[in-house]
Amino acid sequence: MTPQSADDQTLAIIADGIHKSFGKPPRRTEAVVDVSLRVVPGQVTGLIGPDGAGKTTLMRLIAGLLTPDSGTLTVLGLDAVADPLTVQASIGYMPQHFGLYEDLTVQENLNLYADLQGLPPDQRAARFAQLLHMTGLAPFTARLAGRLSGGMKQKLGLACTLVRPPRLLLLDEPTVGVDPVSRRELWAIVYQLVADEGMSVLLSTAYLDEAERCKEVILLHEGRVLGKGTPAEFTAHLTGRVYGASRPATIRRHLQAELQKQSVVRDAIIDGDLVRVLLDENAQPPELPGVTWQPLQPRFEDAFVLQLRERESQQHRKNQEHQESKESAVAALPTTPKNAPVKNREDIIIVSDLTRRFGTFIAVDAISFSVQRGEIFGLLGANGAGKSTTFRMLCGLLLPSAGKLSVAGVDLRTAAAKARARIGYMSQKFALYEVLSVRQNLIFFAKAYGLNRQRRAARIDWALAEFGLTNYSDTSCGLLPLGFKQRLAMACALMHEPDILFLDEPTSGVDPIERRAFWQRINQLADQGVTIMITTHFMDEAEYCDRLVIMSQGDILAAGSPKDVRAQAKSPEQPNPNMEDAFIALISTPNAPKAPRPSQ
Amino acid sequence: MNTKARNTTAQNTPDTALARGGAGRRLFGLIRKETLQILRDPSSIAIAFLMPVVLLLIFGYGVSLNAKHIPIALVADAPDSQTAALFGAFDQSTYFSPKTAPNLPTAERWMLNRTVDAIVHLPSDFSAKLSNTANQAPVQIIVNGVDANQARLTQAYIQAAWQGWLSARATAAGHSADQPVQVASRIWFNPELRSRDYLVPGLIAVIMTLIGALLTALVMAREWERGTLEALMVTPVHLNELLLGKLIPYFVLGMGGMALSVSMAIWLFNVPFLGSPWILILTSAIFLLTALGMGLFISIVAKNQFVASLIAIITTFLPAFMLSGFIFDIGSMPGWLQNLTYIVSARYFIVILHTLFLAGDVNGVIWPNTLAMLAIAAFFLGASRRKIRKSLE
Repeated sequence: MTPQSADDQTLAIIADGIHKSFGKPPRRTEAVVDVSLRVVPGQVTGLIGPDGAGKTTLMRLIAGLLTPDSGTLTVLGLDAVADPLTVQASIGYMPQHFGLYEDLTVQENLNLYADLQGLPPDQRAARFAQLLHMTGLAPFTARLAGRLSGGMKQKLGLACTLVRPPRLLLLDEPTVGVDPVSRRELWAIVYQLVADEGMSVLLSTAYLDEAERCKEVILLHEGRVLGKGTPAEFTAHLTGRVYGASRPATIRRHLQAELQKQSVVRDAIIDGDLVRVLLDENAQPPELPGVTWQPLQPRFEDAFVLQLRERESQQHRKNQEHQESKESAVAALPTTPKNAPVKNREDIIIVSDLTRRFGTFIAVDAISFSVQRGEIFGLLGANGAGKSTTFRMLCGLLLPSAGKLSVAGVDLRTAAAKARARIGYMSQKFALYEVLSVRQNLIFFAKAYGLNRQRRAARIDWALAEFGLTNYSDTSCGLLPLGFKQRLAMACALMHEPDILFLDEPTSGVDPIERRAFWQRINQLADQGVTIMITTHFMDEAEYCDRLVIMSQGDILAAGSPKDVRAQAKSPEQPNPNMEDAFIALISTPNAPKAPRPSQ
Repeated sequence: MNTKARNTTAQNTPDTALARGGAGRRLFGLIRKETLQILRDPSSIAIAFLMPVVLLLIFGYGVSLNAKHIPIALVADAPDSQTAALFGAFDQSTYFSPKTAPNLPTAERWMLNRTVDAIVHLPSDFSAKLSNTANQAPVQIIVNGVDANQARLTQAYIQAAWQGWLSARATAAGHSADQPVQVASRIWFNPELRSRDYLVPGLIAVIMTLIGALLTALVMAREWERGTLEALMVTPVHLNELLLGKLIPYFVLGMGGMALSVSMAIWLFNVPFLGSPWILILTSAIFLLTALGMGLFISIVAKNQFVASLIAIITTFLPAFMLSGFIFDIGSMPGWLQNLTYIVSARYFIVILHTLFLAGDVNGVIWPNTLAMLAIAAFFLGASRRKIRKSLE
């Protein structure tokens, strides 16, 4: 079928015209559409795209776990369609949620995979020592896998995959849900494997900033390959189009909103102290009073966003109707914030010495902070840092063990229900009724919040218009794309016009365009005086917050504006740290997590 | 992180070596893993050992097909010494709790209130007819037929008591009752007609069906749910090894539960055991394979622990209870339902257990039923092997 050149013989993966769809016609979804790619051996190839792009399906196809509907697929010179079993026996594959046996210890998990991979007993001691050293798990061999932290689990999963070094290693989102420190460690391990053992690695990720760590990148979106090449090739044509804008007297998000209205501006996001702006080709930065411009290095995300926007305008011609709905979603937003910021900056959430114990385990240890009305307040931390526990206590879902907690002037220990009427909550999993239509979901939540008929109708009309859901009002929610589900979930949380909106990891998995639209809405709400409390694991999103706290092991490591937090991490080696650098620096400061724990 | 200092030993042994060799080691690894999981997660141990104890205690003591202390009303229209003698016979029997009613309407009211389950009515000419022709003496028996089974038992007991009284009376009078045919009944295999001796072995079959199926139904689905199977699939492991790795540990566990149940039957419920323990072990092993195979098949199809356990209970426990002849006689079921019972493996095992416990090694009964179980085991294990794929589709 494919002309096999001498070059092709040595390639780790060759895919040509791969199609894969799931389900029967009315609900048929095309997971992978006409994907062709080449993976060069001995380097890290990144498979990059947002959730739902088809990364996992493609990985499973390559691992021989799924059969393509059409197309040819050659892995390590083997036909993966005709002979999947041989492919499975020759490669290393780490699924997204690596199936560690949680009631087995670290060592027992390794033993099992050594048995399964057929590693001869005389080689085991050396290989185990090497893997344990590499992953830093040596002190924990007797610990049950279920008791490891998220990052350690991922590293153990990787070690199990590597018990017998494979020639090709497939890693499906190894860095998702892992704290930034473990993320860097995982990357270090991957680089080392390529350098020392000449392994070929195909790694998928939804973090766009990880693209730059790959030798080559395959950009996947909605099942299609949008582009292939080195990270530099992706961004080369953007040189001279990316600027950082700043105006000392203005809040960054107001400047951002202002810049977005400019016709030559393709994209504007908050980046550190600046607003990062992507301009039209050959355009000059617009003249705005008081704004200073400085050129910036283009990034992979800039290229991706540009590609998506261009695709959208292409689709616009093809699919007028769909586009209109998307357009209206953004157009409906008055992008100019009410420039009269809320005057009386009273504290709407007050937390003092808040503690929560589960048995002897202290999940949250005497933390204190306060949030002002109309503020966007971020809660950052790795898994297990105590974020979710704090969040649940703030929403009145969990009783604190000790300490004071007042939300909207109500003491949550005595009047949780009263406080709950004034807060909106959007959970990570969106908690929508998938079989109900968009309108039915809205009606349900409006009724649940006890709105009367008149107000209900008004709020539903508002939600459909505001969130660009009018065209989808009768679509059942389960069929909506992820970004629209997110919009609907937020609309449901806002039905009763709450004073405070709690958002738990609201942007995980949605594509960068939807993320931008989402933050635009959040900013607008904040300007209307709604207080926003948000958790996120995207470090760049921390920059959108007015103030934030970084949590670790139940304690607050740092608090303040993004600028303050970054300043705390400033060091001779890192004169200008970004939020992720700051996070890592704060978390790895030797005595930082333990010092302020007087209760122990 | 300090990852710089490490020795670099490239160990790229040829891939061909691992394809064939190491099958034993892989199987051993899987069995060891499963065993560790069983030991650390007490739920499967509870299923194997706690469940038979609880179920045997509940059913063994709670379910009985014997009727005792049946409340009955005795009515004599013309009480005299004869009727008093007959009533005395009822009084002495442990099967009845009789009370004497002054007249029939009172007795009928008791019946309506459900204070009594039957009425023994002696008409006014009872004594007269009894003296003339012993066989013609009329006795009216009225039985509450709502519970048909109970009604039949009650009726039979009353008749037996009546016949017993007649013959005792005749013997006392110095001549045998004038009956043309003497029925000498003798009950084999369960001479005391203790229903427990019959129920407990059957119960073992029902319980082991449930346990065997539940054990394996949960484990495979658990691997699907936790995503461990996806990682296992992309290793050189062979599907046969995967299935055997599941089957062997739970087979051992299931046999343990079986031994416990049999011990309880013999030493706690005092059911006699007349057959050979070796045949019991062999047939139990084959029966357990049918149950484990069914569970494995459910698990492979369901891929979800909750659904798998529901299916396991509905498709194994209920048929084993209803369609195995454990309580409900297969011969009296409609034809299509009888055909359905042929695929219920408990049906065959119950016959084998009844035989081994109460009759001994009756080869003509044991081996055909064993063959039927073998066929069912082969069917489910074969179906599991066909259904399981190293693929997520």
